[in-house]
Amino acid sequence: MTPALIFFWILGAVVVIGAVGVIVMRQPVHSALFLLLSFVAVAGLFVLAHAEFLAAVQILVYAGGIMVLFLFTIMLVNIRRQAREPFLHRQAAVAILFGLAFYAVVGGLLVGEAKKLAALGAAGAADPGKLATVSIAGATVAGNSQAVGWALYRDYFLPFEVASVFLLVAMIGAVVLGKRTMEKVD
Amino acid sequence: MVPLTHYLALSFLLFVLGVVGVLARRNLLTVLMSIELMLNAVNLNLVAFSRQLGDLGGQIFTVFVIAVAAGEAAIGLAILISLYRLKGSVNLDEASEMKG
Repeated sequence: MTPALIFFWILGAVVVIGAVGVIVMRQPVHSALFLLLSFVAVAGLFVLAHAEFLAAVQILVYAGGIMVLFLFTIMLVNIRRQAREPFLHRQAAVAILFGLAFYAVVGGLLVGEAKKLAALGAAGAADPGKLATVSIAGATVAGNSQAVGWALYRDYFLPFEVASVFLLVAMIGAVVLGKRTMEKVD
Repeated sequence: MVPLTHYLALSFLLFVLGVVGVLARRNLLTVLMSIELMLNAVNLNLVAFSRQLGDLGGQIFTVFVIAVAAGEAAIGLAILISLYRLKGSVNLDEASEMKG
């Protein structure tokens, strides 16, 4: 057991506890807080996988932006009424059975294939240092953020612009859907 | 150094928990949260493969997945607010007009 592996499984346990909490908590506020726990632990896993920039983005966008959005929405809907109704669907037992079968079959396949791939050669992973260094015009600069930024603005510039248009469309759509006067349209 | 199989097992477990959440809960809010869990599982997978292959592409894709997740949360919650205004509840079983 290397220290990285120990940290990985500690963080993995936190991720799974958070995910289970999202599913089993009756109150949406509790679900949201467990979701926050899961997001923060995933950010820790990103750090372990040499994706430091993404860990920061995960905290800022998920734990900051999306969680605030969820909590504000929970404040807008009437939870008191929800609390009296059954919170699990009729098909919950079937869903859990399906989940177990899905995990066993597809998870077994995935892990088997990955093991085969690892045994086939290539002697394990590539050098993780490659994720943090990039050579710009001959000179090599270090740092995961810089490497990601360089790849994003040079090799993936068009998808980046499309993503910004997408976010604009999503913002306008959310404003239109949320407008109170839309009730009178039909 | 964490082997790729551990990342795969963990991220797929997270994905399955998201699927179970979508199928088992009646509250639209928790269903949306479960979808976020599934997107997180995908991100974990992409980052693990990026580390394994020493290729930054996986991390770039994760940036885009996070952008899509933000848009999806905004639109989903706006739809939830409209549903709540229409029905007075965010229970998915009450939105059954198209059931026939």
